[in-house]
Amino acid sequence: MCSRERTGDRDGLDPCIPFSDLRSGRGGPTPVAHRASQRAGLDIAAPPLCPSGGRGRLAVDVRPAHAVTSPAAETERAPWEVQIRRGMPSQRGEIVTYRVPRAPKQTVLDVVTYVQRHLDATLAYRFACRVGMCGSCAMTVNGIPRWTCRTHAARVATGDRLRLEPLRNLPLVKDLVVDMSVFFEKWQRAGGVFRPSPAERSERSERRRPTPSSRARRGTDAGIECIACGVCYAACDVVGWRPDYLGPAALNRAWTLVNDFRDARRGERLAAVSGEDGCHCCHTLESCTRHCPVGISPTAAIAGLKRRSTLALLRTAAGRDE
Amino acid sequence: MSNSRIECWLYVLQRSSGLLLAPLVAAHLATMVYAARGGLSAAEILSRTQSSVGWSVFYATMVLLATVHAAIGLRAVVHELTAWHGPSLDLAALVYAIVLLVLGGFAVAAIS
Repeated sequence: MCSRERTGDRDGLDPCIPFSDLRSGRGGPTPVAHRASQRAGLDIAAPPLCPSGGRGRLAVDVRPAHAVTSPAAETERAPWEVQIRRGMPSQRGEIVTYRVPRAPKQTVLDVVTYVQRHLDATLAYRFACRVGMCGSCAMTVNGIPRWTCRTHAARVATGDRLRLEPLRNLPLVKDLVVDMSVFFEKWQRAGGVFRPSPAERSERSERRRPTPSSRARRGTDAGIECIACGVCYAACDVVGWRPDYLGPAALNRAWTLVNDFRDARRGERLAAVSGEDGCHCCHTLESCTRHCPVGISPTAAIAGLKRRSTLALLRTAAGRDE
Repeated sequence: MSNSRIECWLYVLQRSSGLLLAPLVAAHLATMVYAARGGLSAAEILSRTQSSVGWSVFYATMVLLATVHAAIGLRAVVHELTAWHGPSLDLAALVYAIVLLVLGGFAVAAIS
């Protein structure tokens, strides 16, 4: 039976969560996160329809593959060999190895937290919500950028080994913490702030509401769930080659606003994303889409920006300004 | 013209020139395979190309498209693989385009 009481039980196997809780992140990952996590081989099982649930309810099976073993068997296995790149920006960053006991359904963030609380209090790392909402716990796990709070260690470890490093393409602060300033500055440069049109500023009765089924609104919805974790930015090779490139997250944000008719900066934003370090630099390598933990396709957003900016250019050349 | 507009134009020119180049390159390769069957010689090639103004137009178009495509592409590659970018790189890419155009022009003139 579906039971709200089991929702918060991390070891529970059948939390049946109202859809509203899924969307808010209280009961588990969002549906879009399920799709992405499945594709990325992560631990969050796809949400089958709850056989006994009422309308609007989804059953979320949070069992990882190794959960078929009993919790006791899990804790009896060899401890994790956790290799963490430590150091300040001025240092090369040495790899320090820790032994962390296993626990059932242990996430990578759980492992890092264990190290910090029991083995080495000087370890610096960042987290906040632990439920895949805030986007602050991303780091490189065995060479791949991931959100660590929703990544089970058993699924991504190589044998018993976990190698944790800071995100690529961002300046190091210390250990596993990177400076996200440049990441968010690029959101600003790409025109990532909504500026309401005059109609939007007018009385509520005069405002138009977006039609959810419209093509433009679907374009916005496809990218609106971004949690700004920086995984796509770290995965992007073009950012590595061209440090000034705006990056997938900022361009994805711009695309959600270009599709929003209530915004007053469309032309300005298209110009902002079409510069030397804008959307036309993208090589469509799709690393951002491959690694996005919430299933967004920044590649598609960037393709949309390329298309829209090119059309605007041709319209201007033909003397038909938008 | 603003920087974003120039970059957008370069993007359009590079993609469209690549699109048009693809069939021309395929035809060029097919012709090479066909021509090499009976032994490759300058006389044989010239007899074919000089017999029709179409070949001159074909190769002149190819040179023009390759000039546009290669210069813009090289500018992007150099920017990504080295720290070199800005007006000096733009100038270098322009010089490269002129060199390609002149050399290609000589080649087309020679077979016409």
